[in-house]
Amino acid sequence: MNTHISQSIMSREWIQENLLLGKPARTYFRGLVTPLNVVAAIIICVGLPLIVSRYIFGLAAVTHASNNQPWGLFLSWGLFSGVPLASTGFIMAATVYLFGLRQYHPLLRPAVLTGFVGYFFAVVFLLVDLGRPWHLPYPMFVSFGTGSVMFLVAWHVALYLSTQFVEFCPAIFEWLGAERFRRWAVKVTIGATIFGVILSTLHQSALGALFLLAPAKLHPLWYSPYLPLLFFVSSIFGGLSMVIIESTLIRRFLPGRMDPANHRVLDGLTLGLGKGAALTMLTYFGLKLIALAHGNHWNLLNSGYGAWYLIELIGFVALPCFAFVLGVRRCRPEIVRFAAFWAVVGLVANRFTVSMFALNWQLPHREFVSLKEALVVATIFTIELLVYRWVVNRLPVHREHTRYKSARKRHLVQAPQPA
Amino acid sequence: MKSTRRHFFKTMATGAGTMLLGPSAKAMSSVEQFNGYPERVGMLVDLSLCIGCRRCEEACKRANQLPPVEAPLNDSSVFEHTRRTDAENYTVVNRFANPQPNQPAVYVKKQCMHCEEPACASACLVGALRKTKEGPVVYNPDICLGCRYCMIACPFYIPAYEYHNPTSPKVRKCTLCYERIKAGGMPACAEICPVEAITFGKRSDLIKLAQAQILNNPGEYQNHIYGLDEVGGTTWLYISKVPFAKLGFPTDVGTTPFPEYTRGFLSAVPVVFVVWPALLGGFHLFANNRQPAPAQEDGVTRNDEETEQ
Repeated sequence: MNTHISQSIMSREWIQENLLLGKPARTYFRGLVTPLNVVAAIIICVGLPLIVSRYIFGLAAVTHASNNQPWGLFLSWGLFSGVPLASTGFIMAATVYLFGLRQYHPLLRPAVLTGFVGYFFAVVFLLVDLGRPWHLPYPMFVSFGTGSVMFLVAWHVALYLSTQFVEFCPAIFEWLGAERFRRWAVKVTIGATIFGVILSTLHQSALGALFLLAPAKLHPLWYSPYLPLLFFVSSIFGGLSMVIIESTLIRRFLPGRMDPANHRVLDGLTLGLGKGAALTMLTYFGLKLIALAHGNHWNLLNSGYGAWYLIELIGFVALPCFAFVLGVRRCRPEIVRFAAFWAVVGLVANRFTVSMFALNWQLPHREFVSLKEALVVATIFTIELLVYRWVVNRLPVHREHTRYKSARKRHLVQAPQPA
Repeated sequence: MKSTRRHFFKTMATGAGTMLLGPSAKAMSSVEQFNGYPERVGMLVDLSLCIGCRRCEEACKRANQLPPVEAPLNDSSVFEHTRRTDAENYTVVNRFANPQPNQPAVYVKKQCMHCEEPACASACLVGALRKTKEGPVVYNPDICLGCRYCMIACPFYIPAYEYHNPTSPKVRKCTLCYERIKAGGMPACAEICPVEAITFGKRSDLIKLAQAQILNNPGEYQNHIYGLDEVGGTTWLYISKVPFAKLGFPTDVGTTPFPEYTRGFLSAVPVVFVVWPALLGGFHLFANNRQPAPAQEDGVTRNDEETEQ
């Protein structure tokens, strides 16, 4: 049967079943005209010409091209926020395969997909932002700046993108009906997971370590030798929150793509993830305090930047952490979901602060974001969401492929239920 | 405070790996003292001599084939705003009011400082920026990605980018006229200076000259050679009769060479690669083999990991 499927992969039946959601072509394409898709199309129609103009006229065509503030929205959003929020893959893979918490298996594939898509689009943002994007493979093959933290980031993002692709391969091969390849891909699971955790530990922290080289530019409240550790720990609760958010959105907007069994256990798993996020955020809060004490810049708290620091620390770390605890203690998954959104906003705020607002804080006149830059980011993010939805609609992500149903069932039975 | 920070790096702070293997990471990050190439050149600026004629700007543009100066040299309106270097201006002269009453304004020439251990070079992931043994920090555009991390790293806000160039954008900054120096000449700005405010020579000689100038004019100069120790030392050295903090010089950059700030973190990287597989593999084994499997289910249990996805 398998060979039949792979032979007829480009046949009309196969395309209709696996690409057009089982509908005839005409019905499928008519069905694409929905309000959300129209909005997405408008955003893309505005943004794509801007992206093209960036390659014809240079970066100045879409950014404010500042020599003082060379990094802008593309990196603050695409790299410094995108990568920690895409830590979902390594966290859930470690949870299920390394720590043996198998009841979280239903959330593993969505997490790996979120991670893979997140990293892929981080690279897309780099391709827009780099002056010479066609030199992107140079640190791997041409010239090695081994003393640079950026060298580590480049290598690790490339390697981890490949690792996550391998981790997601079983889903792709199930979709394609390539049983032999699927078995081969499953065999490397543990190795890929461990490799993925190593890479993630290092490049999540390396994103923070990049700013160690700007001691006189980054505001002293945020500059700390602890930056790598802070970035790593916050990526963990960022990833856990993203798993919660992703499953919430899929259940809300694409309920048919989620197995009924997964629907039933989701609330219980959400509480479990909330517990993990609460613990990580508490750790992060403690580390932030240690970093503040070590920096010994208490006097700076009494300034505009200090006020923002306190808002970040209390409003975007302590309070969402408290919300997680509250949701878990009262067994209220909706509070945990709310806390997850809150925590993600807080993490993005932190990354924007470190990579944008608090950088070059001593310079008098600074522009942060131009309209065109924001439109390009909105465009790429829209495409990212569409790609994600496209995959979830077709591949076995939140559901099991009919042929592999029995193997996973026993995990679902063990899942905790909300009280 | 600086020594605390530096010490902190070497001991524990930068990665989870260092927390587990503090002592060995510390050993790896211990630094050999680099005192610089002995014959390297230097540039000494006596700010009290500069008259703000901006001929150095003009000479620099000619030497580097840059478009001519925007405002004529006798147009003093350029001094109304403090300028920075950009892709078409490798050096700029700014005017600062003299804090002492009835004293003439101070003109400060600004350009790449050509650090002894440059932050930009340690930031570059392809080694497009490098410190030459003659002294200049030079740039190879052919391998540059345009990530602009060098611009983030530079504590003096010097490197600029060709944002308007779509096909071959380059990081632009003073080259210290590397080609001229290799041919036995001197940088164009030092050569043109009509009042000899800029002195070109061996860096070690220039330090003695600067010290002598300060000593021989008691009470006139600030007792500080800017660039002698800043960020671990720079090729350009400045002496001044007005405090440097009043002249736009960053005074919070410390004396630690910037590569030091990331060395500790980079030392932790191989540690994570070696320790994590054992640690995580151990977690895996503990978590998945808590109890011996019953004999009749043996085959099922062993293949568990492979058959499930």
